[in-house]
Amino acid sequence: MNKSIEPVAPASSRLDPSDLGSVVEMTLAEATRQGASGAEAAAALSQGLSVNVRMGELETVEHTRDRGLIITVYFEQRTGSASTSDYSPTSVKDTVQAACRIAEYTEADSCNGLADPDRLATDFPNLDLFHPWNPSVDDACDMALECEQTAMDHDRRIENSEGASVSSHEGHEVYATTSGFWGESRQTRHGLSCSVIGRDDSGMQRDYWFSSSRQAAQLDKPDIVGLEAARRTVRRLDARKIDTCQVPVLFEAPVASSLISHFVGAISGGALYRKASFLLDQVGQQIFPDFVQIYEQPLLKCAMGSAAYDSEGVTTSANNVITDGVLQRYLLGSYSARRLGLETTGNAGGIHNLTAASGDQDLTDLISGLEKGLLVTELIGFGVNMVTGDYSRGAAGFWIENGQIQYPVDEVTIAGNLKEIFSGLCAIGKDVDTRHNIRCGSILIDGLTVAGN
Amino acid sequence: MTDPLKTAVETLLEPSGLERTDIDGLLARMMSHQLDYADLYFQYSRHEAWSLEDGAVKSGSRSTDQGVGVRAISGEKTGFAYSDEFQLPVLTQAANAARAIAQAGDDATQAVNRQSNAGTALYTSADPLASLEEKSKIKLLEKVEAEARQQDPRVSQVMASLAGSHEVMLVARHDGSLVADVRPLVRLNVTVIVESEGRREQGSAGGGGRFGYNWFMEAERAEEFARDAVRQALISLEATDSPAGTMTVVLGPGWPGILLHEAIGHGLEGDFNRKQTSAFSGRVGEQVASTQCTVVDDGTLPDRRGSLSVDDEGTPTASTVLIENGILKGYMQDTLNARLMGVNTTGNGRRESYAHLPMPRMTNTYMLAGEYDPGEVIESVSNGLYAVNFGGGQVDITSGKFVFSASEAYLIENGKVTTPVKGATLIGNGPDVLTRVSMVGNDLALDTGVGTCGKEGQSVPVGVGQPTLKIDSLTVGGVEV
Repeated sequence: MNKSIEPVAPASSRLDPSDLGSVVEMTLAEATRQGASGAEAAAALSQGLSVNVRMGELETVEHTRDRGLIITVYFEQRTGSASTSDYSPTSVKDTVQAACRIAEYTEADSCNGLADPDRLATDFPNLDLFHPWNPSVDDACDMALECEQTAMDHDRRIENSEGASVSSHEGHEVYATTSGFWGESRQTRHGLSCSVIGRDDSGMQRDYWFSSSRQAAQLDKPDIVGLEAARRTVRRLDARKIDTCQVPVLFEAPVASSLISHFVGAISGGALYRKASFLLDQVGQQIFPDFVQIYEQPLLKCAMGSAAYDSEGVTTSANNVITDGVLQRYLLGSYSARRLGLETTGNAGGIHNLTAASGDQDLTDLISGLEKGLLVTELIGFGVNMVTGDYSRGAAGFWIENGQIQYPVDEVTIAGNLKEIFSGLCAIGKDVDTRHNIRCGSILIDGLTVAGN
Repeated sequence: MTDPLKTAVETLLEPSGLERTDIDGLLARMMSHQLDYADLYFQYSRHEAWSLEDGAVKSGSRSTDQGVGVRAISGEKTGFAYSDEFQLPVLTQAANAARAIAQAGDDATQAVNRQSNAGTALYTSADPLASLEEKSKIKLLEKVEAEARQQDPRVSQVMASLAGSHEVMLVARHDGSLVADVRPLVRLNVTVIVESEGRREQGSAGGGGRFGYNWFMEAERAEEFARDAVRQALISLEATDSPAGTMTVVLGPGWPGILLHEAIGHGLEGDFNRKQTSAFSGRVGEQVASTQCTVVDDGTLPDRRGSLSVDDEGTPTASTVLIENGILKGYMQDTLNARLMGVNTTGNGRRESYAHLPMPRMTNTYMLAGEYDPGEVIESVSNGLYAVNFGGGQVDITSGKFVFSASEAYLIENGKVTTPVKGATLIGNGPDVLTRVSMVGNDLALDTGVGTCGKEGQSVPVGVGQPTLKIDSLTVGGVEV
């Protein structure tokens, strides 16, 4: 292949994170000068490289380089916000002015305002999230080529590819408030992914695999990622549609986290105070069977969702969300907490390594325990109604009979209601997928409607 | 109407002191490497959003963004860098990074084609954010909420939002062409929650397009969205579980055209077909739909959400026939894929912003009207499903399997629309679903301007449309076996 011959992205074109603090300071000072009674500002920059190869050749090289500044102002109980990518003093002034102008028109809301000062983080442990890598285009390209080649060589039915890619990004952020909070964070994220296409007489199938980590050295090796992408693609060939039935459904770990994310949506402050959730007024109630424990691990070293403070500066919480199947707390930021007459849970901006405790079975054990059932490895579509919990999504996977995988399945849907899906949860595997902010193993649900022929 | 090129030069180049000779210099610098194509995409955008809940507009936001994307193409290879600064030294570094995709050559001279076509302007160049006083924007949302509340006492929550954006783009290509566009876009959305005897359901409606906010105040459009959201929510209160299994499905006109977008549209985008990763690859000239089906992608409809005067590579958009009387005619192309496949670009090269690479994307995708009266289509079904409103959809390009989720659907029994049923996901196989279309209605409608399409992490506004359609068998993902 024809490799690049000149050094790419000279160091001088990189953005300098040391500007962020002064931009935030300037922004808050300007907000106060323009009369705001309170303000919060976040300045962030990220930069990185993505290299894609396809069919043994370099395909795209993308250099990314993004900046952003967001300001929220408060005039007592009225608020407005604005953002820009331009850090110049004129732009900062204009952006603050735009936020203040919005606050002139919005209605007062007694729940508006900065987080309670007593809840702001004062301890900033090193969470080991920053491991710059800066691979050269050539090195990234070589890794991606090895990954794709391993996949292409795995099986003669793999005859096409969507490619393999290597990416490396770093991000810096400063968040501060006029109430005295000052937080600086930085993190890196590196990835390696591969997607290949197999063909047989029945047609084409595609599948993929990826590895993602804060630290390049912790990425799976290119041949491991390529092999897994190939294995997953080949096993889907000659998929059939099955007859409509009601059977146990086993969600493989990479898709099982989507069930937990629906649970997260339903117990999040915004959905609760709008009464747009199927889990209203459920604290203290049994949501899952009594063996289920779900908790956040915000201070986990080197993990994808780790943070010492949330997007309002409030200390994150390691408290249980589910204990013995019973809902312990909601996921709230200051505004939604005030709306509900509760305290913030440090979840403004979301969750931090939400973890479902595993049982002692791996995926194979879970399969072998099923007389009949559907193993789901891919979900498509958006058929989830958060107000009612009604659930209906497209699925692909494998038919299981007598504890064994029989054949691949596609063009079916699985449907039920999330309340019943949660209470009908039978097992959580120990095959935990740690690539995401939700960490859980494969999940077995006792019965869903599978629609097919 | 003001000249978009003049607006773009004033907005994008003059504040940084960039001259056209600087742009020519950057492109020549890039083309001194062995490239087939290079472009610079300058963009400025301003966006605002206002939202109402609990009867009051309590939050609003405004954002501005600007930057330049620098792209170099050699064969199938693309080098890309971007910057949010417009200073020449920064752009030179971005150009150096992008051109590194190919080796240095010895021919640095380029033919300069000083063409500056703007396409036909399909929408106003006026800034929609300035089309209404702030107070009137808030009043509009308050009117929507009042209208929703007065429909029915079971309405317990009303959430309404108003958003607008003003975008100026300028694309300079290695052949010397310099093309600009000024793009307005507005959107109004309303979601209501209704409550009765402990049961809660929601309904949503909305619309918009490439014009100012006044559009919502004409012909009671805003009020009509509020009434429609309440109507849908109340129907859901009465809905029973949807059947599960394969049956006859009749799709209503307008937004159900999301079927075309998912089932065939994505599969006909040039990139997937050049790479032969689509279930439609290599099938031009083949019968892929019933003879009643003609499907087009048309970016030239005035004022529509999915329309563009020129695409993001500066090519005027077109009306492209994808399927004619059931026969697959061609694909949607950007310059990269058109060149590699030896065809012309169709003006479908689109990108989310300067920080994203262009690729073939849909504009407004719809099926032309057929001959049947919609009532006649329903009467012809003894047992089936009538689906008239949908949430989102998704497709696996390679296997061809697609889904889209109904938010308003009814049973058809003995030729009559009867009980409403809860949202079910419909699933099918793209290359054969349209072969099962047995009746096409004469009631073609386009959607109200709500679609956003996601592909490889990039979102762009799109439109869809269709007449009433009868599909002889499609799998319905309900719970009732």
